[in-house]
Amino acid sequence: MSVAWLLTALVLLSLAGFFIVKGRALASADGDRRSLHSLPNYYGYNAMLLVFVPAFFVMCAWLVLQPILIGASVSSEFSEQNLTEDMNMSLVMSDVRRVADGLDQAIAKGAIGEDEAEEVAADLDGLKTLLSSVGVVLGSDVSDDIVASAQDYRGMAGTWSVIRDVVVLILAVAGFAYAWSRTNASFRARNTVERAVLALLIGAAFIAILTTVGIIYSLIFNTVEFFRLYPASEFFFLLEWAPSFSGRGGSSSLGVLPLLWGTLYISLVALAVAVPVGLLSAIYLSEYASPAVRGIAKPLLEVLAGIPTIVYGLFALLTVGPFLVSFFGDEGYLGVNWMGGGTAVMTAGLVMGIMLIPFVSSLSDDIINAVPQAMRDGSLGIGATQSETIRQVVLPAALPGIVGAILLAASRAIGETMIVVLGAGAAARLSLNPFEAMTTITAKIVSQLTGDSDFASPEALVAFALGMTLFIITLGLNVFALFIVRKYREQYE
Amino acid sequence: MTDATTPTPKRASLLAVDERTRKRNAAEARFKIYGIVAICVGVLSLVVLLAAILSNGIPAFQRTVVQVPVTVTQEQYDAAESTLFKTKEYEGLFVAALSAELTSAGIEADISSGALERLVGKVGNNLRQFYTANEVQLGQEVLFEVPAASRIDRYFKGTLAVENITADNRFIQPQDLDVAEAMKDAGLMATVFDWNFITGVDTGVDNPGGAGIGASVLGSLLMMFVVLFLALPIGVAASIYLEEFAPKNRLTDFIEVNISNLAAVPSIVFGILGLAVFIQYMHLPQSAPLVGGFVLTLMTLPTIIISTRASLKSVPPSIRDAALGVGASKMQAVFHHVLPLAAPGILTGTIIGLAQALGETAPLLLIGMVGFVARYPETFLGGLEGPNSALPAQIYNWVSRSDAVFTEKAWGGIIILLIFLLTMNIIAILLRRRFERRW
Amino acid sequence: MYDDTRLTEGDVASMNTKISAKGVDVFYGDNHAIKDVNVEIKDKTVTAFIGPSGCGKSTFLRCINRMNDTIDVCRVTGDIRLDGEDINDKRVDPVQLRARVGMVFQKPNPFPKSIYDNIAYGPRIHGLARNKAELDEIVEKSLRRGAIWDEVKDRLNAPGTGLSGGQQQRLCIARAVATQPEVLLMDEPCSALDPIATGQVEELIDELRQSYSVVIVTHSMQQAARVSQKTAFFHLGNLVEYGDTGDIFTKPEDPRTEAYITGRIG
Ligand SMILES: Nc1ncnc2c1ncn2[C@@H]1O[C@H](COP(=O)(O)OP(=O)(O)OP(=O)(O)O)[C@@H](O)[C@H]1O
Ligand SMILES: [Mg+2]
Repeated sequence: MSVAWLLTALVLLSLAGFFIVKGRALASADGDRRSLHSLPNYYGYNAMLLVFVPAFFVMCAWLVLQPILIGASVSSEFSEQNLTEDMNMSLVMSDVRRVADGLDQAIAKGAIGEDEAEEVAADLDGLKTLLSSVGVVLGSDVSDDIVASAQDYRGMAGTWSVIRDVVVLILAVAGFAYAWSRTNASFRARNTVERAVLALLIGAAFIAILTTVGIIYSLIFNTVEFFRLYPASEFFFLLEWAPSFSGRGGSSSLGVLPLLWGTLYISLVALAVAVPVGLLSAIYLSEYASPAVRGIAKPLLEVLAGIPTIVYGLFALLTVGPFLVSFFGDEGYLGVNWMGGGTAVMTAGLVMGIMLIPFVSSLSDDIINAVPQAMRDGSLGIGATQSETIRQVVLPAALPGIVGAILLAASRAIGETMIVVLGAGAAARLSLNPFEAMTTITAKIVSQLTGDSDFASPEALVAFALGMTLFIITLGLNVFALFIVRKYREQYE
Repeated sequence: MTDATTPTPKRASLLAVDERTRKRNAAEARFKIYGIVAICVGVLSLVVLLAAILSNGIPAFQRTVVQVPVTVTQEQYDAAESTLFKTKEYEGLFVAALSAELTSAGIEADISSGALERLVGKVGNNLRQFYTANEVQLGQEVLFEVPAASRIDRYFKGTLAVENITADNRFIQPQDLDVAEAMKDAGLMATVFDWNFITGVDTGVDNPGGAGIGASVLGSLLMMFVVLFLALPIGVAASIYLEEFAPKNRLTDFIEVNISNLAAVPSIVFGILGLAVFIQYMHLPQSAPLVGGFVLTLMTLPTIIISTRASLKSVPPSIRDAALGVGASKMQAVFHHVLPLAAPGILTGTIIGLAQALGETAPLLLIGMVGFVARYPETFLGGLEGPNSALPAQIYNWVSRSDAVFTEKAWGGIIILLIFLLTMNIIAILLRRRFERRW
Repeated sequence: MYDDTRLTEGDVASMNTKISAKGVDVFYGDNHAIKDVNVEIKDKTVTAFIGPSGCGKSTFLRCINRMNDTIDVCRVTGDIRLDGEDINDKRVDPVQLRARVGMVFQKPNPFPKSIYDNIAYGPRIHGLARNKAELDEIVEKSLRRGAIWDEVKDRLNAPGTGLSGGQQQRLCIARAVATQPEVLLMDEPCSALDPIATGQVEELIDELRQSYSVVIVTHSMQQAARVSQKTAFFHLGNLVEYGDTGDIFTKPEDPRTEAYITGRIG
């Protein structure tokens, strides 16, 4: 039975449980609902929850754990017998899974029958053609051992899936039986249901924590793995970024500094665009603009915030880059030849700056509006002009909040990916020329993890160390910025 | 305080603006102009961005086609089907029909197979497929509409660098353009709306013009489905707990800090999470909308929780008190009274979260949703589990290919993406207008 | 009851008219907040505006230095003259006007700057000091006039927001004085203060009368009686009665005034 069917069965069972138990509750009160402790529906809900929730969670846990446990068992068997020196266990296991998957798919599509799978597997070439016909391509180093393991794997998976179905259904039925047995007129169904619902609500709130744990776990685990293969001192202090794709480790230089520099440089350019433009627009909109102008300009600026970053990426690569080259490039209007290609710090920075304008302006708008009117009146009342009031009273009063907003914008800029992937270039460089292509932490995370390199190699694992760096920097900025902004809000509450 | 009696200096008339005030007013005007300039810069950027998208993207929705009436008789069909190179045979039939049309239109052109390929591409298979499927049409005249070659297409869209075409170019030669112009005048070529771009699937580099965005739109919709069905219930449940039930203690404080920080974590970090946990560790299928949906769910949850809590908070406490006052339990008060009143706000927040998720690209790259997907999934579940692309990932994929036709398609894809986002935002705004309530 | 009126009114009559308002109407959108008010405010005199809440005292006060310009929906008509010059004339720059007609608000509103910079702010923007020494002198003189010099002279660089409420209000008065205005408008300057601080501010107002024309809005009849020589009673946007403080409080002509000061309306 597939998971979808199992889920359907669970839903049907719980609905059945609802009506049956509700009926029993009414019957136990001789059809007089007033003598029940709770409304009849609550007895039904109770049954529904008891049927569905435990069975569902067991099913989910099973789905997560089964492949991991079976994989471990198959791989331990495999390594006892056939693992030779130059084989990498994780690669072998991914082959095993792929063959097993392919056979499953072939059966699902009716290319072969369930019982033929055994025979087909005996013939390696036949297997390859069969699997490629269902869209699974095998590497050249698939051996008989791997196919045998794949058969093992399929066998175990099949058996355990059956056991899973049985266990889940038994749980559902047991839940129903329990609900049935407890249902009588004096059972406090509402209180029980409400406690259960509260538990579910709490569970949902914990997903936020789980996500953070997941992020930290996946970053730390792989970063540690990376530092086992590659010296940490080189990662932090080497001034060069040159991963090799053919070799394993050794010949790669994976220094984070050039990437960090690129990231900071581009973010700096972006902030140099976004902060003045965003801040001045916010000031104009909140202090000078008539309601009509405000009503038009504010939503227009906010449209910029709703545009996905891939669009900005394309804009950088295909519009802004060539435009800048036509000025600063070879044979450009300025005749300076500073710019070799369209992708550059300037390209990515400008576009990212445009993206951040609404971010800065709407945050600053809130913050400027939070400065009490009395402060403005005090200044205007002794004859200051409006701009003097803004520059010398409102802005200093709003300064902490604005600094917080800028830090949040900086954290956005540092974590931005698509614009730099498309607009900044691929070469890691420590240079001061803003018209040169440089690359960033995020861009390299993408390129290291989407290439074909092996997951266990330092070239791929370095992405996690980069991710960790990124996470720590942005987290630090965010926490600090939120702290400042909150402090600031309290001041005027 | 003796100095209290010093007379204030006699000032000049109010009606004359003094030098200093004039300077200060000039500074005031300058400052105001800075603000106006800043707003203009922002709005101008938006205008340029939209202009770039529209001017580059609209051609993706058009396609130059060759329209030729062809008549294939039963005998010709049988003869063609009995040969070894069947498509070649059909091509011959097409060339014959096209030549006839050209002569009757008075166009001098040599339609050898090389020239045909430069103008139209390989058409034999199109014809064959049509007639094997519709044998009844044999013997009747059929108006065939086949896509023109991609360079001809680009020539009519004005994106082909005509001055660089030389006679030794394999793909297009100067005289082809004249023939194409003549054919257009004679009604044999036309520019039509390209439905295939909207409904079609990705293609390889050999047929860039045939690439469509349909499959990846479906991939995105499947992901949004997953996000909606996970993020909305989980987000609402978490918000209800935090806003209505949670005691004020360290743990709930920690959860709150967690949520506000998660909202600001760069999206690519969620991609890393998805890669490490869902794919590396749990071995869920790569490139599957299901996994993409999981990752985007985790990413949108904080947004949804924050907006849901805001709308729960805006329901006045008097409503809760009223419900509790008539003997409802706290849970009943929340689910019967507070939640329905907060629902429009929650929906608005959810739609905005979904819109954000729809445009997100970076995390999808990491979990491999940039695969080449050349067919639609057959079933709903197959679609969730099987490899698919997503709208923004497909756009990214197209930009990274070198062919200019794919670049044009990428811009076109952006128009579609923005139409989706616009629709969602309009729905959110309408919802807010329709249900906005002031207490 | 009003024995503590410290000044006799005799000398007031001799003073020149500083501000004269004729036929002033103020509208907030459709709300007619001030209705045809005519009043002559004397130089070197404390004038008190009294009246029930919402009757338009603040609104009228804000007309005098055109602070109502900062409210979008507010529209002022009529003729207000400062030393005979129409302040609503197109040629008048409100900035220049406000330098001559300073204002102190109900809630103390020091700027988020040091005490020194709070005071120096006005002189700096109006260019009243040629150098640092002169500025220092102005700051000291203003703080002395604000009767707060002794309390803050050792911490001029501390933030102004760190003072107590009463100190903040005196700081704000000192700040207004520092621009050397001719008229000082005070909108309930003591409503946020305790009796001791109120006493200090009242003393201060009395001294300021030596050099300025002071207009004060107050809800405390005792205060009006103590510090002012002239009193204007507003009711529902109308100026009901205007005259010498002693007369208003002892023999009001209008029944509404009488009702108000005896506590029957407001
Ligand atoms: N900014 C404003 N916008 C619209 N209407 C206003 C504004 N300020 C005052 N009003 C209205 O103008 C009228 C007079 O208000 P004003 O503040 O002058 O009263 P007041 O006499 O100072 O009262 P209080 O003694 O309470 O300070 C009131 O009806 C008030 O609602
Ligand atoms: Mg008032």
